[in-house]
Amino acid sequence: MCALCGVLGGGGDWTDAAARPGIYTPNVDSLQRRRERINRVACAQRVLGFYGLTLSDWQSTSFVLSTMTGKTELVENLTHLWSAAEKLLGRPCDPLDPALVARLEADGG
Amino acid sequence: MVEFTPVNLITGFLGSGKTTLLQRLLADPALADTAVLINELGEVGLDHHLLGRIDETMVLLQSGCLCCTIRGELSAAIKELHSRRERGEVPAFRRLVVESTGLADPFPILSTVQADPVLRHHFRLGNVVTTIDAANGLGRPESLKQVAVADRLVLTKTDLVPDTDALLDEVRRLNPDAPLWRVPEQTVGAAMLFDDRTRSALQAVPAVAESRHGSVQAFALTFEGVLDWTRFGVWLTMLLNRHGKKVLRVKGILNVGGSATPVAVHGVQHLVHPPIHMTAWPDADRRSRLVFIVDGLERAAIERSLGAFLSPPKRAKAAAVA
Repeated sequence: MCALCGVLGGGGDWTDAAARPGIYTPNVDSLQRRRERINRVACAQRVLGFYGLTLSDWQSTSFVLSTMTGKTELVENLTHLWSAAEKLLGRPCDPLDPALVARLEADGG
Repeated sequence: MVEFTPVNLITGFLGSGKTTLLQRLLADPALADTAVLINELGEVGLDHHLLGRIDETMVLLQSGCLCCTIRGELSAAIKELHSRRERGEVPAFRRLVVESTGLADPFPILSTVQADPVLRHHFRLGNVVTTIDAANGLGRPESLKQVAVADRLVLTKTDLVPDTDALLDEVRRLNPDAPLWRVPEQTVGAAMLFDDRTRSALQAVPAVAESRHGSVQAFALTFEGVLDWTRFGVWLTMLLNRHGKKVLRVKGILNVGGSATPVAVHGVQHLVHPPIHMTAWPDADRRSRLVFIVDGLERAAIERSLGAFLSPPKRAKAAAVA
């Protein structure tokens, strides 16, 4: 963990790769790490909103995933996010679901 | 700088010549400092090389995350080798080659190296080499998966079967761009098979045509302009969480915002390698290119979904204009 910014240096997940030669990561310094976490929450929230879920950053170390009824799960990274979302919802979160894709298409472009 | 020891997997169906290939390769001076793990009952006595034995034990961690599927015996065997190397009890090997059984699914082996909390700080995944039996061809589901995940292909027994066109066509439908050697008519050296510096360069991607082998389909997607890395990460993690078993392979080079050179991604089922920051574009084409080898998923659905995830939301666009 970075002693200054309090953000964990990444647990080895490909979306959170630690900065080292030859490896691409947006987590180069504390400012970029914090910016990336905010960006990540916004990008994921756009999809999670379809399921009525809310994601927020928690102390720059984890993310808090919540349902509208207040059930929550702590998740470490994007890879863990989707299995946690499915567990809270009790149903699959499929990026190929035509209804989800249509919603994103209507929202984007 | 930490030196990660590359771990190469040699896989291929039963009797396809894995051990023969390995024996030939180990005679190559380039592999003099290589440790070898074989997960079969028989141990081949290879002087001055290290041999271990691994059972088929698989442990699923309580998290239920399939990325954490660990072959406990393999993990323990590699850690033991690492410890003995650190204590100076075995020669300081600089590469580890794992030969799997012919029936093995390559994914848990790759996952072990990448997901294990100790191993991932000392070892990295190198090329996967798959042997294909020219005499008996493909056929079994395990064999198809072994071909699909390969970085290098070796077609064996070509002296017994002169006409391999139909088999090669079948192989290319499963894995369009991995370099392939024919043995024994071609000589294949360790450097050719294990040098992974160009693994993700994907020079052949533009030539990848859509192909289908049963339910397995290979295709390439290209995207104009700069791609948002975070949105891509949201999409790929969600896809692999739900359909990881069906995504036999995903690899590509991406034109990521804020980076002058491309980022190479490379994944096998639920497992994605750390993204490589390439030093240069392989050619003048600046489009992002992704190759998928999928089993039971449709190209149109994947393309439409990725496009929708990558498109910026209207609110963000409006804010940018304001």
